[in-house]
Amino acid sequence: MHDASMKLNQKQPRRYIISEKLDAFFSDVYAFGLFIARFFRVLFIPPYEFKEIIRQSYTIGVKSLPLITLTGFITGIVFTKQSRPSLSDFGATSWLPSLVAIAIIRALAPLVTGLITAGKVGSNIGAELGSMKVTEQIDAMEVSATNPFKFLVVTRVLGTTCMVPLLMLYMALLALLGAFVNVHSNEQTSFVSFIENGFHSIVFLDIFSSVLKSIVFGFTIGIVSCYQGYNTTQGTQGVGRAANTSVVMSMFLIFIEEIIIVQITNWFRVT
Amino acid sequence: MGKREKHIDRTKQGISIRDLHKSFGTNHVLRGIDLDVYQGENVAVLGRSGTGKSVLIKIIAGLLKPDKGSVDVLGNKVTAISYRELEQLRLRIGFSFQSSALYDSMTVRENLEFPLLRNSKQLSAKQVTQAVEKALEAVGLSQTINQWPAELSGGQRKRIGIARTLIMQPAIMLYDEPTAGLDPITSMEINELINEVQQKFNTSSIIITHDLTCAKATGDRVAVLLDGRFVQEGSFDDVFASGDERLKSFYDYNFIT
Repeated sequence: MHDASMKLNQKQPRRYIISEKLDAFFSDVYAFGLFIARFFRVLFIPPYEFKEIIRQSYTIGVKSLPLITLTGFITGIVFTKQSRPSLSDFGATSWLPSLVAIAIIRALAPLVTGLITAGKVGSNIGAELGSMKVTEQIDAMEVSATNPFKFLVVTRVLGTTCMVPLLMLYMALLALLGAFVNVHSNEQTSFVSFIENGFHSIVFLDIFSSVLKSIVFGFTIGIVSCYQGYNTTQGTQGVGRAANTSVVMSMFLIFIEEIIIVQITNWFRVT
Repeated sequence: MGKREKHIDRTKQGISIRDLHKSFGTNHVLRGIDLDVYQGENVAVLGRSGTGKSVLIKIIAGLLKPDKGSVDVLGNKVTAISYRELEQLRLRIGFSFQSSALYDSMTVRENLEFPLLRNSKQLSAKQVTQAVEKALEAVGLSQTINQWPAELSGGQRKRIGIARTLIMQPAIMLYDEPTAGLDPITSMEINELINEVQQKFNTSSIIITHDLTCAKATGDRVAVLLDGRFVQEGSFDDVFASGDERLKSFYDYNFIT
């Protein structure tokens, strides 16, 4: 009997469909797809955990404000400072508010907010859920008759999806303020004039596409980080890896999504 | 620290397991487990690390799905019921984790309140506080109510973990390595607590352990898991008096070294 069990436990050489790494990659993509499908399935089943959604939104949004404030303001100043010489060569410094506003609203605010949130919030979610997984806190939640997926994952994903667009709008304002400070110190432009010039070229589609991008970025950060954290294995080493992978994967996907949404928006702009 | 008089009702099964199999890849962990735990009975499951002891109780709590076999808990087939029904059943199962599994982001009070607030919404704030205080009193740690899990010792964490399960007044208790990593005195206190819980709440319990002292102190019956099957079952003295060579080294290591 002992021999038989020994044989059963002997490792058989594994066969791969393509190769070890590609098989692992595709099975991970498949598992991630199932995770997203589970999110949408659980999302509409009560209880809705409103209290926890508000708590998560507060943690994600309010606690990111100092970093967003600082980076937004600096981005505005630096971008304006760097753009001035090029425009100055053509004697077109009067176009600076317009250029800066377009750059900030169309590209910089959503992208920088997405990347900063991926770094700050994504790593936090990945590490927190990863740590809960390896210390059996997620199992403990499940045996106390609480659906951990709903309580931990759905609330965090909704938190990031709701808060990133708000943070993006806040960052855009701060970046414009930074730009104004720079323009005002060089050209003594008034705030009203700066805003009038700046928003002259901005259309509804610009703001709409930025908000849309931010919603997509927020969802990506939440779902990727929760997936990494929720599926953490191999103890504390796994927790570190979950935090790291959450950030790297979120940032990578944000860039891909940026390209796609810009392309789609441009089609609408042309038509 | 002798065990007190117990009333084990052998007509009522708390847990009934038949022909249970579970594999992870090519590793066949459980290979046909049969086990009955009666109301008011403590069964200690002994075995070396990696023999599938924890897997067994995770299947009972519905955290893992078996490949084959049936698990009945309080008359409910764990493998056949819906998720909603499983959630209702879990309210009657207390699970004490090896790592205690206290929520790091919550104080002791919040840890204990968590299952109550989520599952007994009709309770007033005063009733919740009273239940928390009572559960902490039962494990002798009333003074820790406002502390964070990180501020507690290993033994205290285990006790709080048990208190968190007691707050829902479970009919079944599952203990995963309750004395692992604890000094002998604290281990003895945990063993006493397990017996007290059984006495107070008349629970049916499974105590997963590789600590023979714990098995002897808490188990009305001992089942030894080896190579995915129970190889010995009975009272502690009978099992270790059987002369089974496979158990000898286990016994010697625990009681001689």
